Formats: sequence, C-alpha cells, structure tokens
Amino acid sequence: MTARALAAFLIALTPAGAGAEEEARAIGDAGRGAVLFEQCSGCHEVGPGAENGIGPHLNGIFDRKAGAVTGFFYSKALERAAADGLIWDLEHLDAYLENPKALVTGTRMSFRGIASSRDRSDVLAYLRRYSDDPQNIPEAAPTARAREVDLSAEVLALVGDAEYGAYLSSECTTCHQQDGSDAGIPSITRWPVEDFVIAMHAYKRKLRPHPVMQMMAGRLSDEEIAALAAYFAEAR
Amino acid sequence: MKLSRRTFVGTGLAAASMSAPMLHAASEGRPKVVVIGGGAGGATAARYIAKDSAGEIDVTLVEPSRSYYTCFFSNLYLGGFRDLQSIAHSYGRLAAEYGINVVHDWATGIDRDAKTVSLAGGGTLPYDRLILSPGIDFVDGSVPGWDISAQNAMPHAYKAGSQTQLLKAQIEAMPEGGTFVMIAPPNPYRCPPGPYERISMVAHVLTATNPTAKILIVDPKEKFSKQALFEEGWQKHYTGMIERIGPDFGGQNVSVDPGAMRVDIDGEIVEADVVNVIPAQQAGHICAAAGLTEGGWAPVNGHDMTSRMDEAIHILGDATNQGDMPKSAFSANSQAKVAAMAVRGALTGARVFPAKFSNTCWSLIDTEDGVKVGATYEATDEKIAKVDGFISQTGEDAALRKQTFEESLGWYKGITTDMFG
Repeated sequence: MTARALAAFLIALTPAGAGAEEEARAIGDAGRGAVLFEQCSGCHEVGPGAENGIGPHLNGIFDRKAGAVTGFFYSKALERAAADGLIWDLEHLDAYLENPKALVTGTRMSFRGIASSRDRSDVLAYLRRYSDDPQNIPEAAPTARAREVDLSAEVLALVGDAEYGAYLSSECTTCHQQDGSDAGIPSITRWPVEDFVIAMHAYKRKLRPHPVMQMMAGRLSDEEIAALAAYFAEAR
Repeated sequence: MKLSRRTFVGTGLAAASMSAPMLHAASEGRPKVVVIGGGAGGATAARYIAKDSAGEIDVTLVEPSRSYYTCFFSNLYLGGFRDLQSIAHSYGRLAAEYGINVVHDWATGIDRDAKTVSLAGGGTLPYDRLILSPGIDFVDGSVPGWDISAQNAMPHAYKAGSQTQLLKAQIEAMPEGGTFVMIAPPNPYRCPPGPYERISMVAHVLTATNPTAKILIVDPKEKFSKQALFEEGWQKHYTGMIERIGPDFGGQNVSVDPGAMRVDIDGEIVEADVVNVIPAQQAGHICAAAGLTEGGWAPVNGHDMTSRMDEAIHILGDATNQGDMPKSAFSANSQAKVAAMAVRGALTGARVFPAKFSNTCWSLIDTEDGVKVGATYEATDEKIAKVDGFISQTGEDAALRKQTFEESLGWYKGITTDMFG
C-alpha cells in the first residue's frame, strides 16, 4: 500500500470533526470565587498581610510544596504527604478542595469539600491572584488550563493545511534557523512529512526528552502538527 | 474564524471581512502600516507584514538607531563571551530585501484622530494601522539620588549599546578588592532573569581578574526568576563573592549619591567602585503621551495585540500589560507575529488564526553553564494566560548545561534573523 493510499484509508477511519479547535480556558471566575471563599475565610486568610489562623495563610500557594508555611503547625498526615512530594499545583488543589480527606487522610482541615467543579475552579481562580505572577517570575504556575488534546493512530493520515502551517511556523523560526542551518538548534526544514509528524508526536507524548519541544508540541492539535509538517516539507 | 470577526466588531465590515478589499484612511494606494520601534517586537512585525503581504501593504519602520544593539546577549558581552559587534544589527536588509521604508528618526507624537505619527525631524506619517513597540523607559525618582543625568557615573546598561560599554569599562577598571553594587528593579521589568545573569557575568570577570572583589545586590523583591538555579551556580562558581540584600534587610529602602559613589541601604552607607542602577520601569514615553497607558503600561487585547484604548493601534513587547508573558525579546517577537497576522487580516483580508504565544529565556551562569525557563500562552478575553511551562533543574550535569548554552547561541541567530532578515 502506498503512503497516499494508506493515508486515504486512515482518513476514512477518522471521525469527522476530531481534534476541533479548543482554546485554553481561564481557571475560573475569580470574582465569583472571592464570594465563595467566604466559607473558607473563618480559618484561612489570603491577600496582602494575610497571617496564619486556624489554617495556614494561602498566599503563594500555587506550586508550593505542601506543609511549607513557616510558623504553622501541620497535622502528621499533611507532613507525611509533603514528605512524599505533594505539591499544590492546580490538579492537587482541585482534588483537595473536592474532598480533603480523600487526598490527605487524617488532615485537620475539617471541611466537607466543594462538590461543584465550577465552584472549585472559581475559588482556585481567586486564590491564584495571590500567587506569583508568571510575568515577573516566568516559572510561576499556569493561570489557565490547557485545552484537551486527544491522540489517535489516525493522525498520521491527516493532510496538513500548509497556509495554517506557515503561520504556526513563525513560532518555530524564533529558534530554528530558516536557512536550514543547525548551529546549536537542529534544522527542521525539508523533512519528509511523516518523519516530522512522528517526531512532533513523540515530543507531545514526552517520549523525546527535550523540555522546550515537549512544551511546544504539547499544545499542538493533530491538525496543527499536520499543517506544520506540510509547510516545512516545502520550506526553504 | 472567531478572531477575524472579533477584529471587525464595531467597524461594520464583519460581513465583508474575508473577501472584499478593505477601506482605509489613506484611500489612495496601498494600505499603510507604521511601526514605531525597531527591536524584537517592531522589527519582527514590520518584516512579517512586508514579507507575508507580498507588497500589498506599505510598511514604514521608525527607529532612531542605525545600529541596534540587542539587550539580549549584552550580558554575555559584559562577561567577555561576545564582542559588541556581534550584538549589533542594521536595518539594511529590511529596506533592501523586504521593501520596508526605514526611517531613522524619533516618533514624537501620535494623533489618534487623524491617524498620523509626527517625527522629531519634522515629517508626518499617516497610517491605517499603527504598531507601537517602544520598549521601556525609567520611572523618574524610583531610586532617590539617581536620574538619567547620572547615567555616566552610575550606568543602568538596561538599554544596550554605549551604556553596556561604559559598564564593562567600569568593571575592568575596578581597584583590587573593590565593590560592585547593583540596585535591582522592582516588578514588573524587562527581562526577569536579566539582572541576575548580569551578576553572574560580572562575577565571572571578577573571579578571573579581581578575585577579592565583592558584589552586592540590593533588591526590593522577595524572590526572582530562576532564583534556585542562580544561587546554586553562584555558590558553585563564585563562592563568597556575591551578597544579596532583599527587602527583609532593607533592600527596598535605597538611595544613591552618584557624585560621591555612595549607596545608602536602609541607613547603612556603602562606598562603591561601580554602581549599576536598574530603576523601576514603565512603557516607552510615547505610549503615555498618546493616552494608551494605565498604571504606566499599555493594556492590550491578547487576541490581536490591539490597544484596549484604540483598535487601530497594536502594541507589542515590554511596553504592554498583556497578562502573564514576561517582558522579553522572545515574548515581543512572539506577539509581533500575532499582531502581523491580525493587521494583514484587517487590511487585506488574509486568513487569521487563533493567537498562540510562547517564550523561552536562556541565562548563562558561567562558561558553558546555561539554564532556561519557558512557557506557552494563549489569549483569553481577559488576558494572555500561561498554559504550560518548564524550567531547568538544579543539579543538572555539565553536558546538559553546555547543550543548553549552545541552544541559546542557536536561538540568538534564529531570532535576530527573524527580526532583521
């Protein structure tokens, strides 16, 4: 079977509309979260001058190690979770807010949890305001959730939109040299489409190790990878 | 096509946006784009618009300098890893190969109603779309005792060129066992890891030429970018040379006396041989003069980088308040491509895709000891929001650090080609 015939065969298997464009979303509505936070504020302070109370203050909580606020006396359970490497990233904060005892059995935070995922997102968006701003400290935690991207075997068969690829490529050429030279950073021009697609998916699945490329590929949809492959195959 | 619709909301042209030729103010001839500022934002935007519109758009770039010295890699010049000529660029290719009208002059004002830019040399440039990428200016009085007239005694070297040369000469002339003081800026400012990479480069030079010299950082910030990486590197390469005074010890309460070369840190006087004052920053003056700022910075819509105050003006790079992206050349270059696409969409009906942004900042700590931090971003209605990121880890082996440094050299070549052709 030729590559083209294989491609046609695989396209037939791909459900229509797969991988539709979906943009990053803000974590939640911080204004609404401020109101919802009133159920927490009996124990936790957040914002300028916040201090420890019944619970630790919550400034700078995003991406912080659990159990790390100086001067606060934590439960053994939370100290143990911290020693195991619990980091308060978005995912773990969300799980903790949903049901504290499900994440840390024996935590002293006696709170039934917030069942609504929208409410949790809004509270977290509010708390996010009082953590590091990525503008000032680029390594600070994200302020938006990545869009979901699904992977499938059919992606190799997608026929790329080279014009879209030309726009997307402008992000690559900040680092990769347009004339195809490879000093310091590898050349990416004139690759066979399939090699390009496979390489990008390997980064996206974090099989290939480079962190910049994992990040760049990680947010590209299958169609976008195909578009880039189509563009770079002809680029000179 | 959500984005192109958004671009046209309020113009009454939404229905025609993808097919009919656009109406524009300079009704005769091609639509006109004026770009103010020839750095990572402006040069990139000018080049992409000229290149991708293939002559359909008339592009004028206003930039006072004939030789542009990149701020990025200027620390490597201080450390002796690059010569000054290697970070200098001219606009010849943008003019000759891309047909951009390069005007070496100062833009002194913007008439937003007439859609014109006035020049110090007396001319006036009409525009259909204006791209503003003026970089930063300093906030007067942010370091008491220092103003721009003191920049020869106490250089900022935060706009590259003669200031960088001066600072390098001062470091080389330091007496044996002398003291170098940096007054670090408060957030937000251009290039978050920049001051700390500079400290690394100064320490590299002094370790080789003046090993008993001392480096003092006076810092109003609790934390800074890549802090763990820099502190690990300073401990490893420059043991005992660098001291940092943070806000807990009065780092935010500092004044200087440039005549006497003294620094007053929370009441304690330090006699210094070199003082590098990096003041608090704000958007380049022309933004405020045109009424495009709020709290010192120019707020923009992340979907197309248009000013929140004027939809015919796109603002790029360090001057903007856009959300989560750090003020860096990489960010400005990334934003320029989104703006260039939006401008072509508006003026020639070119296809417009959803905005995507990214940034990576490399820093050099010592010879072949490079580190990096980066993230991807997308536009939400509220701001440009960070989605994902990475940072070099402490304890990485020398081979990886060397590879990271070599990557930064590749990036320099890549981005400067992307800017200047």
